[in-house]
Amino acid sequence: MTQVTIERSAEIETEEPTEPLKVVRVRHWGRWAVSAVIILLIAQFLWSLVANEKYGWGTFGEYFFSDAVLDGLLMTLWLTVISIVGGFIIGTVLAVFRLSSSTLLNAVAWWYIWFFRSVPILVQVLVWYNLGYLYPRLGLGTPFTDDFWIFSFPTTSLLTAFAAVAIGLTLHQAAYSAEIIRGGIVSVDAGQTHAAAALGLPRRVRFFRIILPQAARSILPAGFNEIVGQVKGTSVAFIVALPELFYSVQVIYGRNQQIIPLLLVAVVWYAIITTVLSVVQYYVERRFSRGTVDLPPTPIYRAKKQITDLWHRLGEEDGKASPAVTSQTDTVTSYTDKESV
Amino acid sequence: MTIIDSNRPDPVDDAAPTVGKVEISHLTKYYGANRVLDDVSLTVEPGEVVSIVGPSGSGKSTLLRTINHLETFDAGSVTVDGRYIGYERRGDTLHELREAEVLKRRAQVGLVFQNFNLFPNLTARENITIAPVSLKRLSQVEADQRAMALLQRVGLHDSEKYPAQLSGGQQQRVAIARALALDPKVLLFDEPTSALDPELVAEVLDVIRDLATVGTTLIIVTHEIGFAREVSDRVVFVEDGRIIEIGPPEQVLRNPINPRTRDFIGRVL
Repeated sequence: MTQVTIERSAEIETEEPTEPLKVVRVRHWGRWAVSAVIILLIAQFLWSLVANEKYGWGTFGEYFFSDAVLDGLLMTLWLTVISIVGGFIIGTVLAVFRLSSSTLLNAVAWWYIWFFRSVPILVQVLVWYNLGYLYPRLGLGTPFTDDFWIFSFPTTSLLTAFAAVAIGLTLHQAAYSAEIIRGGIVSVDAGQTHAAAALGLPRRVRFFRIILPQAARSILPAGFNEIVGQVKGTSVAFIVALPELFYSVQVIYGRNQQIIPLLLVAVVWYAIITTVLSVVQYYVERRFSRGTVDLPPTPIYRAKKQITDLWHRLGEEDGKASPAVTSQTDTVTSYTDKESV
Repeated sequence: MTIIDSNRPDPVDDAAPTVGKVEISHLTKYYGANRVLDDVSLTVEPGEVVSIVGPSGSGKSTLLRTINHLETFDAGSVTVDGRYIGYERRGDTLHELREAEVLKRRAQVGLVFQNFNLFPNLTARENITIAPVSLKRLSQVEADQRAMALLQRVGLHDSEKYPAQLSGGQQQRVAIARALALDPKVLLFDEPTSALDPELVAEVLDVIRDLATVGTTLIIVTHEIGFAREVSDRVVFVEDGRIIEIGPPEQVLRNPINPRTRDFIGRVL
């Protein structure tokens, strides 16, 4: 087909066009047909959201800002912050251990990561919650005996449901973070370490000012994945009846049987958190790409510019192209000025 | 500079430099079973400019990096003004020093890399100030002023650009300014122009040429034979981890005594 087109255009090309030639783009009929079907399906789904009463938007609205749900949301956020901050701090230490030349530290970190990636998080939370069965008292005393304690506490009073979930999630997260951070550090060119060493930079400066900021570029996308995952991962707390967002809606629909509307409450809240985190991720990643690429303008900046451009164009049309004329005159004046100088 | 004696640099003037003497003696280093440095001995006088030439893989860069202890070695010794950089001598053995002490001593020897190795997350100015500030030599304000002066000295004006926004030649000049920020007694160059486009080589060589006249000891590993001939007091030819020939550039680079040097010079010129 292409060949035919070329031959035909070759014939016509010999004629001298009387007017500027018009360009006709290739038409993608198949693409249009698929798009139409997809738009139809989306419309059907959106219509059903409104028309199908079983979605229960009234119930959704009733519970979306209810105290139980908001308390659950707060618990979810709190658990996420603790486990992510704690997990990444422990993870950084583990990553440094893994990269250290000490065989012992290396092995300790390797086995830690192996263990916490092997044990399901649910099992871990249950074990922490039931630690009192294995070790009834925790405290400081004579090693290898149970006889003499300087101080001690009953395990069950220390490891509340909240503590069990927070510890479980943090230790679990640490293992995964360690590997992400190690990957980031390994990705930094070895020449950077050599240059820092040649300048005599102390270890701390070398790690925090040179290596880590560069590693951050590859750590951040995977790291934000972990944070977004952890927001929903906190729902394992239901196993010890800790009322975070998901457990809270479960309790409510257990009472009123409005399962779908209440699940939607949780889903929409999770989506809102994920959206906020995605925006934060965009700007944080931008901050850490300084110096490596020419940064494109942010969406907000682009939107602002488009609006001002549109505003200017509207102004021009209103004034029957008078601003353009003025600017032309300006140019002419300046040229004359230059010539006269 | 004219060469008076084949083994000594000429005394430049009354203010002849007194610091920056490098003594390498009987240096041997293995990578596994491979002997990369084989009983190398070389003394570089304060203020002297020495070029090291030789085929790829001959051990030139390794030799250079042992001087600031970026490379360890298995036998022999390297001292700068009579002090070991990475070791302490007790009797007949050298004991490796703790890292903090090595870093402190290493700062007196600057190193400029083939691939610049500027820190891409820092601006040109920050690249220069990070070492003097974090080693507590200068305050940030003093270091900033010094960075500006150093950038001017290497012919650069925009201090707030990131390395990725600079050409290769500009990056290497920032790297030289960064090395100078610690006032090193000895400056080492590891093939400073090998990663540059041909048209950018000259601007870097100009900066090194200036340094050669101010009395800092320079040791330059290079493939730029013409440049080596022009700036060096002495040229060292290295092959297979051994010093094959050493002497004034006119001798080593024009009329080499050793047939292997002659062979190498014939190939690269």
